[in-house]
Amino acid sequence: MLMPLRRDGFAELWNELTRMQEEFGRLFNSQVSAASLPLNVWHDDHYLYVETDLPDVDPSQLDVSIAEGNQLTVQGERKAPDVAGAVWVRQERPYGRFMRSVTLPVIVDADKVEASYEDGVLKLKLPKSEAAKPRKIAVRS
Amino acid sequence: MAETSLQTVNSGSNPPATTETRSWTVSPRIDIVETDDEVRLYADMPGVKPEDVDIRFENGELSVHGRRTVVHHDKSRTAWENPIQGYYRTFRLTEQIASDRIQAELKNGVLTLHLPKIEAVKPRRITVRG
Repeated sequence: MLMPLRRDGFAELWNELTRMQEEFGRLFNSQVSAASLPLNVWHDDHYLYVETDLPDVDPSQLDVSIAEGNQLTVQGERKAPDVAGAVWVRQERPYGRFMRSVTLPVIVDADKVEASYEDGVLKLKLPKSEAAKPRKIAVRS
Repeated sequence: MAETSLQTVNSGSNPPATTETRSWTVSPRIDIVETDDEVRLYADMPGVKPEDVDIRFENGELSVHGRRTVVHHDKSRTAWENPIQGYYRTFRLTEQIASDRIQAELKNGVLTLHLPKIEAVKPRRITVRG
């Protein structure tokens, strides 16, 4: 479901890395699947912003981790609602464990990642490491 | 029983045609459970705030329309795997649902609709006199 984007080095790198991980996922039959947990990612000079839809998930049961500076993994479990005294008539919503692991296009400062959960959306704000930030190089005359 | 008192009508492909909602409005996934007193419907609508949900009942049809809040519009997109910007779905209610007493709540991206049954269709216990 990746949408074509205007030419952007960041986006191209993302697409390439994601495609490779999808291939690995298929090869090893892992849970790594963009279909199960689609991500939207934005960036500016200082941060990456990652958001993913996780309706009705207990935030304390969410596991967000960063390995090697750019391996982002989101995993957790969505439990079916407690419907004691009721009978199920229709079930379309998915339940159970989910996991997504992606390679971010830059190294981030894992100690300063901010995570929040709002309206059923997990929102991550990841500071780019100093080395990854764009900088202006002064030209001496 | 609930399938006769509440029928899903469409798949969300035809919301009211405004330029705002035409793109990437999808049919939310739903669960339906039933108790003696009500039919309860849960709809996944992540990213929608309570003030951005529009629920209408008209001519026996219940429609649910939710718009997601646009975020980070001032930043560059790196990946765009989830283009969903809104949710729309309609349901046909029979007269077994007390449509004037429908209640809705939205929490953690899930809309819960309480559709109470009219008294006449609620199960009741008949006492046998000796």
